[in-house]
Amino acid sequence: MSSNYPKTLFEKVWNSHLVRPQSADLPAVLYIDLHLVHEVTSPQAFSLLRERGLKVRRPTQTIATMDHSTPTTPRGADGIIPVVDDMAIKQLATFTQNCDDFGIRMFALGTENQGIVHVIGPEQGLTQPGMTIVCGDSHTSTHGAFGALAFGIGTSEVAHVLATQCLLQNKPRTMAVRVNGRLEPGVTAKDIILAVIAKIGIGGGTGYVFEYMGEAIRGLSMEGRMTICNMSIEGGARAGMIAPDDTTFEYIAGRPHAPYGAEWDKAVAQWRQLPSDEGAEFDSEVVLDADELVPMITYGTNPGMGMPITARVPDPDKAGDVSQKMALDKALKYMDLQPGQPLLGKKVDVVFVGSCTNSRISDLREVAKYIEGRKIADNVRMLVVPGSQRVKKQAEAEGLHEVFKAAGAEWREAGCSMCIAMNGDELRPGQYAVSTSNRNFEGRQGAGGRTFLASPLTAAATALNGYITDPREMVLERA
Amino acid sequence: MEPLKPFTGSIVAIPINDTDTDQIIPARYLKVTDKAGLGAAVFSNWRFNGDGSPKPDFVLNKPEYQGAQVLVGGHNFGCGSSREHAPWALMGAGFKAVISTYFADIFKGNSLKNGLLPIVVDEETHRQLISLAEEDPNTQVSIDLAAQTVTLPDGRKVEFPIDGFSKECLLQGVDQLGYLMNLEDGIAAYESHHSPRVSTLV
Repeated sequence: MSSNYPKTLFEKVWNSHLVRPQSADLPAVLYIDLHLVHEVTSPQAFSLLRERGLKVRRPTQTIATMDHSTPTTPRGADGIIPVVDDMAIKQLATFTQNCDDFGIRMFALGTENQGIVHVIGPEQGLTQPGMTIVCGDSHTSTHGAFGALAFGIGTSEVAHVLATQCLLQNKPRTMAVRVNGRLEPGVTAKDIILAVIAKIGIGGGTGYVFEYMGEAIRGLSMEGRMTICNMSIEGGARAGMIAPDDTTFEYIAGRPHAPYGAEWDKAVAQWRQLPSDEGAEFDSEVVLDADELVPMITYGTNPGMGMPITARVPDPDKAGDVSQKMALDKALKYMDLQPGQPLLGKKVDVVFVGSCTNSRISDLREVAKYIEGRKIADNVRMLVVPGSQRVKKQAEAEGLHEVFKAAGAEWREAGCSMCIAMNGDELRPGQYAVSTSNRNFEGRQGAGGRTFLASPLTAAATALNGYITDPREMVLERA
Repeated sequence: MEPLKPFTGSIVAIPINDTDTDQIIPARYLKVTDKAGLGAAVFSNWRFNGDGSPKPDFVLNKPEYQGAQVLVGGHNFGCGSSREHAPWALMGAGFKAVISTYFADIFKGNSLKNGLLPIVVDEETHRQLISLAEEDPNTQVSIDLAAQTVTLPDGRKVEFPIDGFSKECLLQGVDQLGYLMNLEDGIAAYESHHSPRVSTLV
């Protein structure tokens, strides 16, 4: 095939980063523009570098932050966020030492730029169209919202990128995820991606890179697009991408690491070449109609077990095959739900607003808009965890923290928090949560905890009522 | 890494679809800075009650399945988080291979880089292996990476796919970092015409 054939966004980024193309016997060698590093998946990689006497090849293309094992509890009188878990203390100290020894810039707990790794990349302007971006974290797919090829890697690969700035990769296939039409009020980016995953299943995208396209995607803000790309991995795809456009460029302009002056114009001209060419072919396609979408919620123990919030819990006896029935039986048993039961009206114990899926300023503004002047239900503990210190500062400048606190919610420091529950923020066994995060796996938010994934709007409506609530009424009331 | 030689080992089945890495190794165990001790925590939420006592019904707690080297997992095994702690924990618990009909991408890649062999078989073979494991805890299979075969107790050999590069690395016991380090000239040549997009230090 000639090199002039119509190419997808993915192919353009892939092709321009090949140190060596894939051959029959060998994987491609892919060059990485930006490597994001955090405390949990990096220590064994740094140890390997030490064992072999290797350096970090490009510290200037590497950035580190603390997010997973860090507490989100309030600062002490000294302005410091106290870490009380001995293992976390050791892990954070090891991380600090590693970043110091290898010359990597690191945003330490509580400092002005610290936050969830997938929030700070875009926030700093480090995430840009056409780049290759990796991190030892499966939600690295988030950065694809900018038209970057971004995916999660394991710790061995973290060592590969630290030492060589390259990865060995087999070329993935491409899947077009087309979302036509427009969203109704009260239906959000989170509902789109939960609907996509419910449609294709949790493994439906394995081996693919998604490209989200269509009118509904074009109409989203960058933060909505990040929410969508973030959960690509929940459909099995390591990466999800969205073609950059004026919305993308406006978001990047003026950020600390964004190009400026003549460099900006040059960059934008290059970025405009990235969208998939007319007639570019995808290996697979899935189509959704945004007009028909309603708020989504999960009922089971993986993100593919989702349904319209108005629907009833499915019946395992009507599952496609024996193994699907077994999986659904197991999920409903864990969740203590009955087939045919509606979720609307189901009491919950905790509402969590946060995570790399939904902790950005627009998420917090949306929640605050509906909670303002109201009280959350007595039976609910609500945590609002900003994605970064910058998000926190912005929210406080807008007075959002006062809205949350007045409503009875907890306003926390930045981090992954109850999405992964390794920092002390966790559900107790048997508790139910509506969570704006990305995973409802058994025990994900704390051993024995039960998670319903939903949008920030659904989280807000649920917190106010104390039971699972369709947010559309609330949205219409305050339209 | 040790070269992966042909071996015969007993099998144990956890035939649950979409077994995610949060089940294989829950996040609270990820505060380690090395790989030691993770084997004791493998499938922790399924193996132990909240008070730390073992759940006797869970297959990995049954005395007759101790020492199994081959895990037969459900479809889409290893989905979810990219944590390489998942293959480390499985290997720490004594497993040398996982057999399924389908593996999640990142888990498969992580396993191959550590010498834990992810083996994809057809549905019929998969069902047969699950039945064999459940009926007789002493069921053994033989795995030969060079030949890319699993030999069942009845002598039937089932071939499995693996990419040539990973196979060579596993057979020779070399990790991929050494291979990449040898590509220095190519990487330097690439960098000479690909200017860095950002500089994180400024």
